[in-house]
Amino acid sequence: MKKIKKIKIKINGKIKSITQNSNLFMVLKNLKIPLNKVAIELNEEIVDKKKINKIKLNKNDKIEIVHFIGGG
Amino acid sequence: MEAVNLKKDSLIIANKKFNSRLIVGTGKYKSMTECAKAIKLSGAEIVTVAVRRVNISDKNKPLLMDYIDPNKITYLPNTAGCFNSKEALRTLRLAREIGGWKLVKLEVLGDKKNLFPDMIETLKSTEVLAKEGFKVMVYCNDDPLMAKRLENSGADAIMPLAAPIGSGLGIQNKINIQIIRKQTKLPLIIDAGLGQASDATIAMELGCDGVLVNTAIAKAKKPFEMALAFKNAVIAGRQSYKSGRIDKVLMGNPSSPTKGII
Repeated sequence: MKKIKKIKIKINGKIKSITQNSNLFMVLKNLKIPLNKVAIELNEEIVDKKKINKIKLNKNDKIEIVHFIGGG
Repeated sequence: MEAVNLKKDSLIIANKKFNSRLIVGTGKYKSMTECAKAIKLSGAEIVTVAVRRVNISDKNKPLLMDYIDPNKITYLPNTAGCFNSKEALRTLRLAREIGGWKLVKLEVLGDKKNLFPDMIETLKSTEVLAKEGFKVMVYCNDDPLMAKRLENSGADAIMPLAAPIGSGLGIQNKINIQIIRKQTKLPLIIDAGLGQASDATIAMELGCDGVLVNTAIAKAKKPFEMALAFKNAVIAGRQSYKSGRIDKVLMGNPSSPTKGII
């Protein structure tokens, strides 16, 4: 059996191991992120949510997923 | 004489009309349910919200949007916790990306203890945001000169503090607020430092267009009652301001006729 290669990325400051060649959409789907309620950054650049299935992730990528919470 | 018609007296911010002149924060409540109920009682049509990381390990955490419908209440994303222009810009660009929010509250703090705004960073950020098409409501100190500079940099509302954030001290510098009121046609909203409902009335009587309150409601012993008190206080203050107060005089002036006394 062919061994699935994994890479390490950082999501919201936490290290996550994902399958190599995963795209951003797959990773967010696995995390059950409600896409209409968040904004996403990849390596400090805002990502167009419509294009996330075309964005391939690389080793050491840094993803930030933010939403609105209570604040003054 | 006609009574002051508050229905026609809308608050207009960046060409958008609002009936309520009370803006409330959504922080510091015991629960989302409490927060949502207090907002409803306050009658506020605009609420401030913060931008933070999604908790990816606890997906069952309640979401603000499930309690306060952004289609019914205007979300005003803030930059709370940002201490320079770079952080503030990053935060608001992300906020816009969540769902097209252009009306934002800029707040760049300069000191972790007194939470006073860093006006140099605030000014820089206002310029950039205005150029990028944001409608910027700016938290600032109560300095008329800086307020003028913000206006010239493309701010959509000037929001001077009454006192430090969360202090509950009420308006410390009425004169400056009045000077700012005289010099600007932009919406002038007192943001931060109010402690009780009467502080909001005073702000409105000084001619402010609105007030922004969070802690005074959220941390009151009875937040629901306080939300209602602030709602009424803002209306009372606005009515009082529009009604034209009497001049102040040093000596007494009898209220009953002095003629025909037996």
